[in-house]
Amino acid sequence: MRTPLRPLTRRGLLTGTLGSAAMLAVGGSLAGCGTKGAQQTEAGCASEDLSATEKKLAFSNWPQYMDVDEKDESKRPTLDAFIARSGIQVTYTEDVNDNNEFFGKVQNQLAGCQPTGRDVMVLTDWMAARMIRLGWIQQLDTSKMPNVSANLLPSLRGRSFDKDNQLAVPWQSGLAGIAYNGKVTKELRTVDELLTRPDLKGKVTALSEMRDTMGLLLQSNGHDPSNFTAAQFDDALNKLKKAVDSGQIRKFTGNDYAPDLAKGDIAACIGWSGDVIQLGFEDDKIKFVVPESGVMLWSDNMLVPNKATHKANAEQLMNYYYEPAVAAQLAAYVNYICPVQGAQAEMEKIDPELAANPLIFPDDAMLAKAQVFMALDEKQEREYESKFQQVIGA
Amino acid sequence: MSALAHVPTGQSTGAKPPPAARRGRYRALPYLLLLPGGGWLLLFFALPLLQLAAASLYDPGGSLATGYAMTWAFGNYPDALAAYWPHFLRSFGYAGLALVLALLMGYPLAYAIAQKAGRWKNLLLVCVVAPMFTSFLVRTLAWKTILSDNGWVVGLLRDVHLLGPDGRLLATPFAVVLGLTYNFLPFLVLPLYASLERLDPRLLEAASDLYASPVRAFRRVTLPLSMPGLVAGTLLFFIPASGDYINAELLGTPNEYMIGNVIDSAFLVRLDYPQGAALSFLLMAAILAVVFGYLRRAGTEDVL
Repeated sequence: MRTPLRPLTRRGLLTGTLGSAAMLAVGGSLAGCGTKGAQQTEAGCASEDLSATEKKLAFSNWPQYMDVDEKDESKRPTLDAFIARSGIQVTYTEDVNDNNEFFGKVQNQLAGCQPTGRDVMVLTDWMAARMIRLGWIQQLDTSKMPNVSANLLPSLRGRSFDKDNQLAVPWQSGLAGIAYNGKVTKELRTVDELLTRPDLKGKVTALSEMRDTMGLLLQSNGHDPSNFTAAQFDDALNKLKKAVDSGQIRKFTGNDYAPDLAKGDIAACIGWSGDVIQLGFEDDKIKFVVPESGVMLWSDNMLVPNKATHKANAEQLMNYYYEPAVAAQLAAYVNYICPVQGAQAEMEKIDPELAANPLIFPDDAMLAKAQVFMALDEKQEREYESKFQQVIGA
Repeated sequence: MSALAHVPTGQSTGAKPPPAARRGRYRALPYLLLLPGGGWLLLFFALPLLQLAAASLYDPGGSLATGYAMTWAFGNYPDALAAYWPHFLRSFGYAGLALVLALLMGYPLAYAIAQKAGRWKNLLLVCVVAPMFTSFLVRTLAWKTILSDNGWVVGLLRDVHLLGPDGRLLATPFAVVLGLTYNFLPFLVLPLYASLERLDPRLLEAASDLYASPVRAFRRVTLPLSMPGLVAGTLLFFIPASGDYINAELLGTPNEYMIGNVIDSAFLVRLDYPQGAALSFLLMAAILAVVFGYLRRAGTEDVL
């Protein structure tokens, strides 16, 4: 039977393919000039500050990372108060869902020294480190942010990618440590137990975020995740590989481990304090543990990208969020670690129970064990990430 | 359009255009009609493809910071293949397995709708297409809930001892193949339906009058006549399924990752653009090879 479709013959397909191949060859020689480097320098990509005349600010943040009014979700109490006080119109956009995805979104503009349309964006340590390395981030004037200078948590000062605290200001922080469900298993204290205890076999997950999982493993070997060698990394990776090969670790996850831990499908895991604290509100058998060997501290940081034209306004906003009372109000909503000293005292007035929670206001003993993962250069980042992907993948 | 509009004017003034010129105008018309589509294809398919081809030959030692130099590094291809050939095999394995499952379900379904459904035909067709009204992502996430370790499906399978007490469906190859089968099934069923719907039942009557058994009638009459739909359907199913990465990402673990996941991570996580581009081209080449081989076997010159 004939079909109304035009017959598709092998010859036709072949001609089409050959034609495309020929076009590729021609075009390939046209496009054969490579790409320019994305590296920018302060002199090569200077930004103008129009804050004096334009009372505006474009702020990109992660979803559910800003307090909202209980009755009216469109109202954001702390941000609205800032707008009222400073007269700066803030355009608040929740368009950061994933560090890598967001990088792809702004990469072409920043590599070409073009404006991104954003004055402040909030990105996790390692992504902040990458952008700083590429020269994409504007230096801040710390004299305009006395609250930040005075109140930033000491553990977050002098981080390897921002030695002078002039580029990245933490918005919220968190810990990566181990967690277990007390209904399913007995107490757990160390990373080594997590990776070897026979009763946990096949009921353990770890994070697919390399810096968190590998940081904890480096610590468990007695090494410093903020300053380690390639050999030490390989040691830690071997340890992880053994646990994967033996079937101890069932899966590597993003934050989708939380419901499984709550249900008891997994008994213990490497996880984030923010998730575990939420689970802890509903079930006090679910515990977050700071291992003896150490715990990883990460932050999401406010950054001002190149060609953002409202840097002074951004500094004003950062300074505002480092007022202890404002920080406490925000922390009461988001439940992450508050990077602002003095907020704990303010939290007493809002909710004494939260003020006493060490996963929002870690005590000194906990902070003494907290470390931030080393800033990697592009070659290291690619090498370590590939090795890690191979262990957690095929 | 202007050529069409012009002709009557010429006739009305009585100055008859020379036949050759007139033919020329009409001859140009199909090409003019091709312009929007062709331009679109050039701008949004051919040019990006060229760019990708160029990127696959960049110096692998380059970096984002310093940029990539064009060094015609053909070595990127063997390097990429050596590092990720298991993912290629897995992609085609999973897609092939999903295709077999989809054929086992899809052919009887398409046949039933086309030949036996009567007045329910349109309703059933809507049912096949209905899942498309929700997003691909949402549908896949729904399977994640259905197959969850604490869901009733796994509970039931454990109760009847088809699964061990610690057995699971989620995060296994089974879940990924199931996801692929489910998500691409309509692409197989619809072309098949279109072919089977035109099948004249009297041909089957004739076959049985000539003492053909039902099986033989199917093999000699129904199957050959449904070949165009079958070929189109299997291609529409297999090509996107082998390049898919959402199902492996959501329903599998890194042990189930397919080549699409590797390309995604090369571009977005590892920022290794030459390798990502080389892998993309290898995937295209592999799919073309599979499709050529298939078309040759299926003998499309007779049936399409």
